[in-house]
Amino acid sequence: MADGRLSADKGVCSQLMQNISPEKALHEVLSEKILTVYGAGARVESLKKLSTGASRETWSFVVVTAKTMCVPLILKRDPVVYRANGTIAKEETGLGVERAVEGKLIELAEGAGVPVPGVSFYLSENEKTTSGFVMEHLQGETLGRRILREESYAAARRRLAFQCGQAAARLHGIALGDLPELECRTAREQLEQDHDTMNRFGHPYPGFEYGFRWLEERLEWAGEGLGLVHGDFRNGNIVVNADGLRGILDWELAHVGNPVSDLGWICVRSWRYGHVSKPVGGFGEISELLAGYKAGGGNPVSPEAIHYWEVFGTLRWGVLCIAMTFSHLHGTQTSLEKAVIGRRTAETEYDLLQLVN
Amino acid sequence: MPIDRPTAAELLSAVREHLTERLAPTLEGQPAFHLRVATNALAIVERTLAEGETMDRAEKKRLSLLLGVRGNLVGLNQKLSKAIHQGELDNQRDALLEHLRKTADDKLRLANPRYNVPRDN
Repeated sequence: MADGRLSADKGVCSQLMQNISPEKALHEVLSEKILTVYGAGARVESLKKLSTGASRETWSFVVVTAKTMCVPLILKRDPVVYRANGTIAKEETGLGVERAVEGKLIELAEGAGVPVPGVSFYLSENEKTTSGFVMEHLQGETLGRRILREESYAAARRRLAFQCGQAAARLHGIALGDLPELECRTAREQLEQDHDTMNRFGHPYPGFEYGFRWLEERLEWAGEGLGLVHGDFRNGNIVVNADGLRGILDWELAHVGNPVSDLGWICVRSWRYGHVSKPVGGFGEISELLAGYKAGGGNPVSPEAIHYWEVFGTLRWGVLCIAMTFSHLHGTQTSLEKAVIGRRTAETEYDLLQLVN
Repeated sequence: MPIDRPTAAELLSAVREHLTERLAPTLEGQPAFHLRVATNALAIVERTLAEGETMDRAEKKRLSLLLGVRGNLVGLNQKLSKAIHQGELDNQRDALLEHLRKTADDKLRLANPRYNVPRDN
């Protein structure tokens, strides 16, 4: 009887099937695609969802080729929502660049000598999947706390700040003309945008307001140059192995802006995971970061500029915490973690007011 | 609020201690992490119940002195934000910054009192 009801309604049936196994649908898409990339006989194994962010899905899998070579890969795609009729919809993502642009940026970075996972192929949006790209699954550690604590990374930690500086210089050196279309924000525009974000919620944050005032008064410290900015370059978005920096991940916030902002961001105290005496990601010194930056061909960076962008980054992280808080409070994305992150603004506000005068 | 025991604060501590001491050891992975986030949130509420009122009174007093007006805490903070944005307090930077730092210290003491405990190896 139950069978009869199900077959009478194909919509319900396919919905049930989809709900049971989005993996299966994705497995089919990937299995077909890899034949053109890895040759006949290649198959997909160990497909596993790693995370579902508000804005991204990541999956790991292994391609086994006809010659039984194993290639560990990562898929990053826009989040999928399964509709009642069995078709899929793209969830509104809001922040950041398109997946195809993100993949293209990683390829450009690789060409410029930046350590990144090699991009293997792209998925374009169709009736079976949202758009995404597949890249090499780098072996190493991404968890910030472990990178700072584990004995096996002790040697890596000593060279990491230099390597981060060098990689940053190379990515900042990519010619603007080679870039896909990206948003462009000067320091002033970024400041105005973040201020608008904070004010959108109608709650007063005088400590952060002071930070905005301080940054506005010292805009000339920011420096003039415009270039490719990674946008989220920090401990937590890098892969580290025993030799040090293995890859820079998460390019979705890339834009054209002031390159020193990346150097300030990696110094924000929140990414030091308690190891506060090492300003660069909890593992290194600013002098090492800047030595690497110079060695990688980067423009000279003044102490004022790096301080300016550390203050900027601290304030920006505070504003992002506020935005997450209100997305919880307004019910757009309720979660315990988002609720609690609201009180992390106390940490960023404290840091900010220690950094300014 | 009734004067009966346990008080709201005492109930809260009992819940948090039960979760930390009885439930936490039975969990691992993601659920254990989420429980820790939850008990941290309860601890924030406990500290706020214990110290919040005194902090509020002191903050209000400082704000009234800085701005020269009276009002409720949200209203005063709104006025302060606007005054900072418009540069009206640029000539009393030291007093302003002292107030902001004191307020931030208090917020941090409620949200995460261990923030400045060094964890460097």
